[in-house]
Amino acid sequence: MNLLLLFIGGALVNNFVLSKFLGICAFLGVSKKVDTAVGMGAAVTFVMSLASMFTYLVYKFILVPFKLEYLYTVAFILVIASLVQFVEMVIQKTSPALYSALGVFLPLITTNCAVLGVSILNMQNNYSLIESVVNGVGGAVGFTIVMVLMAGIRERIEDNDVLSGFKGLPIAL
Amino acid sequence: MLQGILTPVLLIGGIGLLFGIVLGIAAKKFAVPVDEKVEAIRECLPGANCGGCGFAGCDAMAKSIASGESAVNGCPVCNSEQVEAISKVMGIEAATGEKQVAVVRCKGNHENAKAKFEYAGIQTCKDANLVGGGPKMCAYGCLGLGTCAAACQFGAIHMEEGLPVIDKEKCVGCGACQRECPRQVIHVLPISTSYHVNCVSKDKGKAVKDNCKVGCMGCGLCARQCENGAITVANNFATIDPEKCTSCGKCAAKCPTKAISNLLEEVMKEKLDMPTIPKKPNTPNVADVPAKSTASM
Repeated sequence: MNLLLLFIGGALVNNFVLSKFLGICAFLGVSKKVDTAVGMGAAVTFVMSLASMFTYLVYKFILVPFKLEYLYTVAFILVIASLVQFVEMVIQKTSPALYSALGVFLPLITTNCAVLGVSILNMQNNYSLIESVVNGVGGAVGFTIVMVLMAGIRERIEDNDVLSGFKGLPIAL
Repeated sequence: MLQGILTPVLLIGGIGLLFGIVLGIAAKKFAVPVDEKVEAIRECLPGANCGGCGFAGCDAMAKSIASGESAVNGCPVCNSEQVEAISKVMGIEAATGEKQVAVVRCKGNHENAKAKFEYAGIQTCKDANLVGGGPKMCAYGCLGLGTCAAACQFGAIHMEEGLPVIDKEKCVGCGACQRECPRQVIHVLPISTSYHVNCVSKDKGKAVKDNCKVGCMGCGLCARQCENGAITVANNFATIDPEKCTSCGKCAAKCPTKAISNLLEEVMKEKLDMPTIPKKPNTPNVADVPAKSTASM
């Protein structure tokens, strides 16, 4: 029950984009088409859930025993960067179409602050491993939902006659 | 004290090393075969992923160039050296790895070609071409407003006496000028081409002669002189096939209007810094048009 609450809370109530304003860069960058938004959402979900798990393990079993908690930012970024690189390779191999659609935003998941954000929040809230992963998945699902919704809105805006000065990003904002 | 530094360094370094090894193995396992050409072109591009070319990034641009969809100079950020490097990558595939240069197939400068009226509109060739069939009597010749010079990314074209002059050293043969020219007087030819015909007028011989002092009348005298069959006359003007031409020069010697010139000589002249066209006061010969045209018409 607690986990379910955590999941829904992470996805909807404490939504990264809407309530924490994290991951705005990727949110605006890849929310032009619903397809790409879903793909990006899936990639972020994958990275976020794995990152939650790995950063928990790294924090709990490497940083805490050696009293190196102050190095958590460096360690977490290291984990996330490696994960993103890994995901990039897998996507390039399995789905070239998605790879080219995501383009430069795929490596930019590394700098997606939502991913680092979820890791740090897990740590600060003293979540257990399972709680961390559930929070990570929930946060990523929330991110995906918001991105897909936004992509739908932007696709609709695209069909309309917009003042030339407002075309593209300005009207989306 | 020392341990306080050493432990984090070793730990973080160790984690990094571990991830590095895992990624290395994964890179081997998930390696995607990439077209060598794409990779070579990607190396030449700036790698800033600025999107100035209209593609998602340098990788997408490299793919497009490699497949021949984009021009080698499609990247607006690349300098001429980078474009040359890309051309080289693409040129290996081409049958002739030879340097290509743009050649202006028109000698109708202010003195040679007669003006029809004085054009005072928007100063681009494309616009001038729309007004009454262009301000020159010849409907096929160079309009001389420098749209090609503006299109050149390498500063290889400057205007002289109402004609573009191409710097053969700077020209990379990208063909941007050729695409921009509304009258198709610029052609990209291999630099070893020595003789070429400096006119693409489809007018009949007499009309050409009336309109321009140096036009090709399509008389075919050159084609009869040529022993290699390199010259064909079509649409009332002659064209020399650079592959068959042996640079004997018989055609140029016989041409009654001196419309055939030698590209190599032009290159030499440029090197010696001699003007190809003698300098004359830059006045369009509008005044003498009525007199001459009535006399010949």
